[in-house]
Amino acid sequence: MAHRWTNDLTHDDVTPERAWLNRRQIIAAGGLAGLAATGLAPRATAAPEGLKPNTWEEITTYNNFYEFGTGKGDPAENAHMLTTSPWSITIDGLVDRPGDYSFEEVMEGMTVEERIYRFRCVEAWSMVIPWNGFELADLLDKVGVKAEARYVAFETALRPDEMPGVRFPVLDWPYVEGLRLDEARHPLTIMATGIYGRDIPNQNGAPIRLVVPWKYGFKSIKSIVRITLTEDEPPTSWNKANPREYGFYSNVNPEVDHPRWSQATERVIGSGLFARRQPTLMFNGYEEEVASLYEGMDLTENY
Amino acid sequence: MDLAGPINGALRRVPPWSLYIVAAVPVIWVFWAGATGRLGVEPVEAIEHRLGLWGLWLLIAGLCVTPIRRFTGVSLIRFRRAVGVTAFFYILAHMLVWLVLDVQILAQVWADILKRPYITVGMAGFLLMIPLALTSNNWSVRRLGPQAWQRLHRLTYGVALLGGLHFVMLRKGFQLEPLLYLAAILGLLALRLVPKRGRRAVPAE
Repeated sequence: MAHRWTNDLTHDDVTPERAWLNRRQIIAAGGLAGLAATGLAPRATAAPEGLKPNTWEEITTYNNFYEFGTGKGDPAENAHMLTTSPWSITIDGLVDRPGDYSFEEVMEGMTVEERIYRFRCVEAWSMVIPWNGFELADLLDKVGVKAEARYVAFETALRPDEMPGVRFPVLDWPYVEGLRLDEARHPLTIMATGIYGRDIPNQNGAPIRLVVPWKYGFKSIKSIVRITLTEDEPPTSWNKANPREYGFYSNVNPEVDHPRWSQATERVIGSGLFARRQPTLMFNGYEEEVASLYEGMDLTENY
Repeated sequence: MDLAGPINGALRRVPPWSLYIVAAVPVIWVFWAGATGRLGVEPVEAIEHRLGLWGLWLLIAGLCVTPIRRFTGVSLIRFRRAVGVTAFFYILAHMLVWLVLDVQILAQVWADILKRPYITVGMAGFLLMIPLALTSNNWSVRRLGPQAWQRLHRLTYGVALLGGLHFVMLRKGFQLEPLLYLAAILGLLALRLVPKRGRRAVPAE
């Protein structure tokens, strides 16, 4: 089935990058025949006016993915070692249909869209990234979430043979993250499989990663191999490593500083040597969409 | 086999001021590389971190001079002042990049110095370097007297420790690299506590 697509490769030259289809997503959907079923909607839904995406080079050469090293350039240099095909995700816990889902099975019936989101790292830098992905809520519906479930836990692959960074216990491997169920079900929360319409590069979390644009980047866990629905708040890697500095919520908040640096402003990657810092926005600019999730909560306490 | 003699002989032909010229090259290069996109997509961080790391290397190099002379007989003492002064200028440049290109906002700079322990530690190390840089000349040695001057310049031990600590504190997670630098600094300081044996004492500095 996949071979039907090869003829179309020549169109890449004339198609704007943002409208490209993601090869892996189309293969996953069973070739062109499956395209209609996935209901691919390439135009951005949550792209605020005036957001200019960072370049492919910026997005793919400046990364934090400690499994491949702690330097910003290490992931781009080392992540090619990661085998991303075949890939499967174990979905278990409080779900109706637990099991090992192949990447293709995960993609079945998902609507892949382009989402141009701000991305704010806890280290006070930011980018704008045109993701391709589907809403996590759709995947949760597919596997059926039991009524008692209140949280979603995620786990990154742990492969010492393919990940030179895990030789040293920078963090307690494997990397784990978590969301409250309502956060996971929020329409802004996506599982990304592409950037600029191309397959997501390994250093950015191939073949499938979480993107939660109103939280600091480390919440958007990469290269996911397990999703577990739980009743209790799951452990999260940075919180385990340093609970004083990294909370479970980790919502972008210019008023709550990291103990070691201010979160009031951010450096925009790609803006050059002499660029001004930019003020950081509450919930990274998604206040209107997500503030209601945290109504009545003390965000200084629940950082 | 005694190699120290010939090495010392060769070193005597190298003028210490040549170190300043050599030391200027990486600084010019790092700004040029950052401005022309050769340091990746985030040049401010790249320049800031490189200058800081090189400054730490130079501080450690300065601490190596005495143990090398004591344990191998090779004397780099003529170059130590240039190493120290160069370390000062690297750290100064590191701090200016942080202040002018990175944080930019003066109020935030002050807040950071007071509120962020790793910056407090780094800044304390830099402040301790100022009297050392100002007295790194023959006139000051004469003026203070060699013993007082030497006592003052033991501040370098504190400077190196604060620099190493600053590096350990600023990394996220449990990382090996800064710990190795701190261990090296502690090791070099510990070597100074090794009791001198026998009559063949090394002449006082």
